[in-house]
Amino acid sequence: MSTATFRIYRGAQGGGEMKDYTTEVSEGMVVLDALHGIQADQANDLAMRWNCKAGKCGSCSAEINGKPRLMCMTRLNELDLDKPVTVEPMRTFPHVRDLVTDVSWNYRVKKKIKPFTPRTPDAPDGTWRMQQADVDRVQEFRKCIECFLCQDVCHVLRDHHKEESFIGPRFLVYAAALEMHPLDTLDRTEELKEAHGIGYCNITKCCTKVCPEGIHITDNAIIPLKERVADQFYDPVKALVRLVRGKKA
Amino acid sequence: MAHAPLPLAPRKFLETARTDAWWLQPAVTFLVLATFVVYSTWAAFQGNHYTFGPYLSPFYSPELFGDSPHAWFGPKPGWWPGIMPFSPALLILWAPGGFRFTCYYYRGSYYKAMWADPINCSVGEPRSSYLGERFFPLVFQNIHRYFLYIAIPFLFVLAYDLYGAFWFTDASGHTAFGMGVGTVILTANLILLSSYTFGCHSFRHLIGGILDRLSDRPLRKKAYDCASCLNGYHERIAWASLVMVGFSDVYIRLCSMGVWTDWRLF
Repeated sequence: MSTATFRIYRGAQGGGEMKDYTTEVSEGMVVLDALHGIQADQANDLAMRWNCKAGKCGSCSAEINGKPRLMCMTRLNELDLDKPVTVEPMRTFPHVRDLVTDVSWNYRVKKKIKPFTPRTPDAPDGTWRMQQADVDRVQEFRKCIECFLCQDVCHVLRDHHKEESFIGPRFLVYAAALEMHPLDTLDRTEELKEAHGIGYCNITKCCTKVCPEGIHITDNAIIPLKERVADQFYDPVKALVRLVRGKKA
Repeated sequence: MAHAPLPLAPRKFLETARTDAWWLQPAVTFLVLATFVVYSTWAAFQGNHYTFGPYLSPFYSPELFGDSPHAWFGPKPGWWPGIMPFSPALLILWAPGGFRFTCYYYRGSYYKAMWADPINCSVGEPRSSYLGERFFPLVFQNIHRYFLYIAIPFLFVLAYDLYGAFWFTDASGHTAFGMGVGTVILTANLILLSSYTFGCHSFRHLIGGILDRLSDRPLRKKAYDCASCLNGYHERIAWASLVMVGFSDVYIRLCSMGVWTDWRLF
């Protein structure tokens, strides 16, 4: 059994400081284990969210050594324990206390996206028929656990705070899951361009790099949506074809 | 629970809690891209040493007007303004250059390395204002698909050049099938450029991504799957093809200048 030092953000509503805690660590531990040890022995009032400890609930999001990660999925043997390991709350969201932030903005954003609207059922019993090949693409997006690490690392939200005009990578993935669904009938491209602000994304791929589920957020969701927006609003030849065919934009 | 009004204060420029060498990736990107832009611009203005034997530098292909036997329409046209420098590369290099400049992958890379927007993930930025690709001028990046339409015919031209690179003429004027190191380099160049072009996000969208149902279009489904497969390696192929196209020009230039010898394999 050896020891490691964790430099943890302590304080409420953005007014806080980094405090060092040294605790015993052993093989196989993750950051969340160490913080539980600190919480039990040294800082009973340390506030943090956690639930499943299996990388599936998306509760224990934090910034470990400056990188947005799940505390329960960050093994200590991946970190340099000769130096203090910094653990901070997600910087994009309003700070509540210690490692806890208020992520409720995300739930409000989700309500703004037009919901799944399937075509009329294919069978008299009210069910639909579709091919697996057609839903393969959107099933990747269904892996999202809503940890909001992608929202945290996105510089449009993190540094520029465009919350009023940009929905962030998590909800572009959500919109892509609806927009590319073989049964869905709605067109969300105008909202994606205007209200959802997809043009703010400058494709840094930071969201993809931090996704604990390995979703190819940029390549498989955001860029295909950007292409659909380009089809509708930035492609003069397609606009001309639509004009000739008498179709709406 | 009382809701706090604000997040933690934003990081200042270059400020981060990251402990890894986060600066390395943008530094290497900056170095490679800047080197390529400087070299290709210099090479494009030279107007010489772009052919050697059956080889034609990809920077100069297609050679619409020029003095080499590869020229399609003869020497420099009379209507070319006298005050402007002439080089066959200047007529065509804007097309592949524009394709790469507007490429989704390169955009993300040079926004970071050249404009620090952000310089790397979760590292502080130099500016508080931000327009993204939503407004002028970057909204014009949406032109990428048109550069794709131009880039695809370039591949056929390069394939034609590659075919010519297998035919060597000796001192007596006899032409025979063969292969030199230059042929291998131009083959690798064509493979990488084709992989880069057909793995492009816009091509992937065009070929099938635009549709929500592909199961009833087996050919498009297959093409979409192939494009998606290439797209998965787009980043690596983008760098490899960039280096290879530059090296192809370097190789032919140095062979033409007599610095390097083009070894015949058979």
